[in-house]
Amino acid sequence: MTEPLAPYGGAGLAIAVRDLAKSFGTRRVLDGVDVDFAPGAVTALLGPNGAGKTTLLKALLGLVRPSAGSLRIGGAEPDDAGGLRRLVGYMPQLPHFPPHMTVRELASMLDDLRDFDGHPDEELVDALGLRGELDQPFRTLSGGTRQKVNAALAFRYDAPVLVLDEPTAGLDPAASLALKEKIRRCRAEGRTVVVTSHNLGDLDTMADAVVFLLDGRVRFHGSLADLLAETRSDTLEEAIAAITSGPSPASTGASRGDAGGVTAEGTGDGDAERRRRTDRDASPERPRVEIVR
Amino acid sequence: MHTLPLLATLLFAPMVAGRPAPPVDRLDLPAPVDTLVVATGGPWRTVGDAVRAAPRGAVVIVEAGTRREPTLVLDKPLTLVGRPGAVLDGEGERGLIRITADSVTVEGFTLRRTGLSYTDDRAAVLVDRARFCALRGLRLEDTFFGIYLANAGDCLVEDNTLAGASERETRSGNGIHLWYSTRVTIRNNDVRGHRDGIYFEFVEDSRILDNVSRGNVRYGLHFMFSDGCAYRRNVFSDNGAGVAVMYTSEVVMDGNDFRGNLGNAAFGLLLKDITDSEIVNNRFRANSVGIHAEGANRVRVAGNDFVGNGWAVKIMANSEDSEVTGNNFVGNSFDIATNSRRSYSAFTGNFWDRYRGYDRNGDGVGDVPFHPVRLFSLVVAQNEPALVLQRSPLVALLDLAEQVLPVLTPESLADEAPHLSPFATVWSSER
Amino acid sequence: MNTALKVFRYQVRDLARSRAIAGYAAFLLLATAGLLHFGGGPARALPSLATVVVLVVPLVSLLVSTSFVYHGNDFIELLLAHPVGRRPLFAGMYLGLALPLAAAFVLGAGIPLAVGGALASHAGAVALLGVAGVLLTTAFTSLGFLVALRVREAASGLGLALVLWLGRAVIYDGGVLLGAYGWAAYPLEVPMLVSMALNPVDVARVLVVMALDASAMMGYTGAVFQDFFGGPVGVALALACLGAWTLLPGLAARYTFVRKDF
Repeated sequence: MTEPLAPYGGAGLAIAVRDLAKSFGTRRVLDGVDVDFAPGAVTALLGPNGAGKTTLLKALLGLVRPSAGSLRIGGAEPDDAGGLRRLVGYMPQLPHFPPHMTVRELASMLDDLRDFDGHPDEELVDALGLRGELDQPFRTLSGGTRQKVNAALAFRYDAPVLVLDEPTAGLDPAASLALKEKIRRCRAEGRTVVVTSHNLGDLDTMADAVVFLLDGRVRFHGSLADLLAETRSDTLEEAIAAITSGPSPASTGASRGDAGGVTAEGTGDGDAERRRRTDRDASPERPRVEIVR
Repeated sequence: MHTLPLLATLLFAPMVAGRPAPPVDRLDLPAPVDTLVVATGGPWRTVGDAVRAAPRGAVVIVEAGTRREPTLVLDKPLTLVGRPGAVLDGEGERGLIRITADSVTVEGFTLRRTGLSYTDDRAAVLVDRARFCALRGLRLEDTFFGIYLANAGDCLVEDNTLAGASERETRSGNGIHLWYSTRVTIRNNDVRGHRDGIYFEFVEDSRILDNVSRGNVRYGLHFMFSDGCAYRRNVFSDNGAGVAVMYTSEVVMDGNDFRGNLGNAAFGLLLKDITDSEIVNNRFRANSVGIHAEGANRVRVAGNDFVGNGWAVKIMANSEDSEVTGNNFVGNSFDIATNSRRSYSAFTGNFWDRYRGYDRNGDGVGDVPFHPVRLFSLVVAQNEPALVLQRSPLVALLDLAEQVLPVLTPESLADEAPHLSPFATVWSSER
Repeated sequence: MNTALKVFRYQVRDLARSRAIAGYAAFLLLATAGLLHFGGGPARALPSLATVVVLVVPLVSLLVSTSFVYHGNDFIELLLAHPVGRRPLFAGMYLGLALPLAAAFVLGAGIPLAVGGALASHAGAVALLGVAGVLLTTAFTSLGFLVALRVREAASGLGLALVLWLGRAVIYDGGVLLGAYGWAAYPLEVPMLVSMALNPVDVARVLVVMALDASAMMGYTGAVFQDFFGGPVGVALALACLGAWTLLPGLAARYTFVRKDF
């Protein structure tokens, strides 16, 4: 297990997940997850479909209530009133916005609900070219534009923690680049960023650490390079395949049929470059490599 | 009808003094010779003294004041007038006036406190075997029987107010009680708080007109064995059991308002063994049962409004050849209920607010018959607590199915010519 | 301003633009006006309107609230990612739906009745009908929330809502009727009243019966019914029952909402 990392520059907040379990009915989605997300780092959450990635993110937000275990953001536990969520900017997967509201109305509603009277971070509004869309109701916006709004809203409140579920899905390359640039800046500011992605290209350019979830457990936590080394793989796909289908050291014996569905359905951009990428210099502190057993 | 009192006056007037009698209207005027005045400091200490002293046909005037004296016996033609404030008080011990002679008029008194008796027919005014009496403008308070006519004839009971104090049936007598009497007119009286407001037994050729009978313990009008009588334009409201008309033929019931008679044995009008009679132009409103008919034969029910009753008409199978036509049935929980699968009476040509048929030729008459007996009324008859399911969509479905294909309800009890719009009745202006 | 009030306000604003509520109000308006106009005046229209209330109000409230929750699930998720407490969010959402639905009922049915003069001529019946309709709305909004929050799958949830409606509006009474025949030999007054209390549609209908069939109910032989239907006691009990039918499923729905995983 990794050591808890010190906050970076005081701006980020460490997230400590301890023995977190979650069952939906008889289905165990998270099965004793122990993981830390360091400030000033981008941690990528990987795993096949159904591995529990989104559930873990939602647990961070309090959207999913853990069956057991604990979860602390900057040392505080989430409560019913949701005060801790003031610290988290969340970008959900496939958000549905109220169809009759305009972007501006939604933003001002959220400002209102959060009692937010500071200066919102509207960098992404411009970077993603949303200025012209602010007075459009959501029902007239394309899926890609909605996803841009989704991104812009997650960063709007300068939250010290950012939880991004498939942030680049549905974005055009330009927007994707702009978003990744924003994420990198956040890391530089010392914020804590947790991101899931099906797009392995995202991970190459951003992730300081990789957390690999399988069957609700953390199977690997470390750098991408270490992951490749540890699994004796040349590519991330191979690494994932190795962990997913190989004799799992920490197998719970409950390997399911869908576990083989590795999520490395790369969207095709920059695969070759990504696989060779080992540079982790941007990472302030490299997490110790570990295969969780 | 208005000629009747005048007629009575003309009939008895010549017998009073052998000279043209003053018309009834002029009784207030001084008639020096035959007038005796009972007042403080006057020649007669009591009304009884004056009455005993009065010659036949005299007028005895009683000035204001409460008098407690033995029952006055009026045994000769006489007019007894109470000035405003003239009160006869029975002190709970006795009846107040007993009329045993023809051609007696009593008016203007307040008569109070007869007390109750189960051995004599204790009444404020008892008319016993007398004719040509007139009782008018009397105010009766806390009396056992109010005005009691036995073997009377050609009398007029008019403009009286009777306020009994009955709480229970057994402790009160009837308001205006007629027994074996003929050609009596009961007009414009207000009766309340008695056992029966108006009671007729063995009465003939009499009229009950423009009275209000309300809040009586049992019946507003209790009417038996009284052939050839008519009652018109009366209000019978909030009586314990409504109005009962029984064992009689040739009754005319016209223009009356039966309303607010609520209770499990309460009817607007209970008919029992009534033949060759008419029930026309009445209104039955907010009664538990509008008309309950047992053995109603050759009775014509026409031009009435049945509004907001529990059951507008309950008609038992022993009623034959009656006719229900030209009536309006609006807002009743049940329009018609019966205890038979057959119908021996006619129900054609009414307005039913439940009717949902059509009128293709535009003649104002529905093209499909209406069956006014709901299946649910049979259900409730068999299983009374089911009444709480009134207006349930399930019940509406059952009713609809039965309406389309009558299986349990009397198929022959149908209105073949249901009107699509309400009839104009004497009550239309109040709708 | 507190969160519940804010959510309520946004929701009302959003609903106002969705036209679903306006459509419901328009339907009631047309139906009521039609009943008054073609039905031959208030005395004839009120019973028909009562049937509409007993059938349509629960159906619409159930379906609208159920589909509203399913439809709004993602939006709820979005809000819950912000510092918004679940209890105030639920309160705002519930009131933000129940009150517009109730307002649509009151305006839709009320305006034609007021214009048509029924409000003046039949004030008591109209008032009872109105109260019954409003409380039916809140009760079935609670039930709709409960169904949608308990059943994850929208299709099965809406199906369940329909079954619930059919059961409450029609089938339940069939059971009561069969029961009345089955136990005809026993005193049934109290059991019948209790069985009415267990179904909000029946409670509302009983209020309507009090308004429109008082004469018949007074003709009933049993003392319990006489007391119940004859005065303010019955009205008060019925209103309390509908209140409970609003509150209990509403609290159950909130309990579910607070513990729900999104």
